[in-house]
Amino acid sequence: MRAVSEVAALPVHGVVLGHGGMATGLVDAVRRIAGVEADVLIALSNEGKGPEALRDELARTAGPGPALVFTDMHSGSCALAARLVCRSRDSTVVVCGVNLPMLLEFVFNRELPLDELVPRLVAQGRAAVTVHLPNADSPVPG
Amino acid sequence: MPILLFRVDERLIHGQVVIGWGKQLQPDRYVVVDDELANSEWEQELYRLAAGDVTDVGFCSVADARARMASWRAGEARTVVLTRDLESMLGLAREHAMQGESVNLGGIHHTEGRRRVRPYLYLSAEDRERVRALAEEGVTVSGRDLPGSLGVGLDNLVED
Repeated sequence: MRAVSEVAALPVHGVVLGHGGMATGLVDAVRRIAGVEADVLIALSNEGKGPEALRDELARTAGPGPALVFTDMHSGSCALAARLVCRSRDSTVVVCGVNLPMLLEFVFNRELPLDELVPRLVAQGRAAVTVHLPNADSPVPG
Repeated sequence: MPILLFRVDERLIHGQVVIGWGKQLQPDRYVVVDDELANSEWEQELYRLAAGDVTDVGFCSVADARARMASWRAGEARTVVLTRDLESMLGLAREHAMQGESVNLGGIHHTEGRRRVRPYLYLSAEDRERVRALAEEGVTVSGRDLPGSLGVGLDNLVED
């Protein structure tokens, strides 16, 4: 199997895969904030789809090049479908626990190779979870 | 300990099962009954990742499950039994092996020839025959995606 960095240096294609309308909402928010083109980041829902239909649609949506599949939670049909699709491709990475700051980091850095891009997105997503305690002046990490 | 839930769901272990049903039933163990998955270790690993706090996740064939069902009932573990199709559940129920049990249809999705019963439940004529056969084995069959949602009774499930 090739290292992800050896895959053709195409911009990484993003797919957000989530339960119900979550992916559509997140992608809409990214477009409103960052103004990116429609095909940079695509929303996909599991609504009304069986496992096979979901996997087929995800594989089509992710396209032939390097892709990142962002899913909502680690234990769910979306993550399972993403892991199964990822298994048959050497240029697709699955990130579970997506949030908006992570997606914004993605759309501005998707020219990076996957093995540089992914740790950067995970760090951004984790750092974005903060807590503001009552009467505190500044947030603390979540 | 009676088996807490028998469920037919193409997605097997996933959010609705682990969170929706799991928070209410508090299972200790998921048993996936499926002839194909019983022989696929890499797929089993993927499903185990989805099981959340429940670390006891077993996979067995229909024949193996039939042989072990009495020990699951007699044991202490709070068990949820999952199949991804009606055929496997019917195999489990044959010869009245599940007499008096209830089966929950929680996720059978649209494919050609299947008709919508609920957004999460589509049944073909063949599926409806299997539902009837389950009922004839002494099993109460209903459709329900989550514990709090309105169920669909046998009459509506088998309606042609």
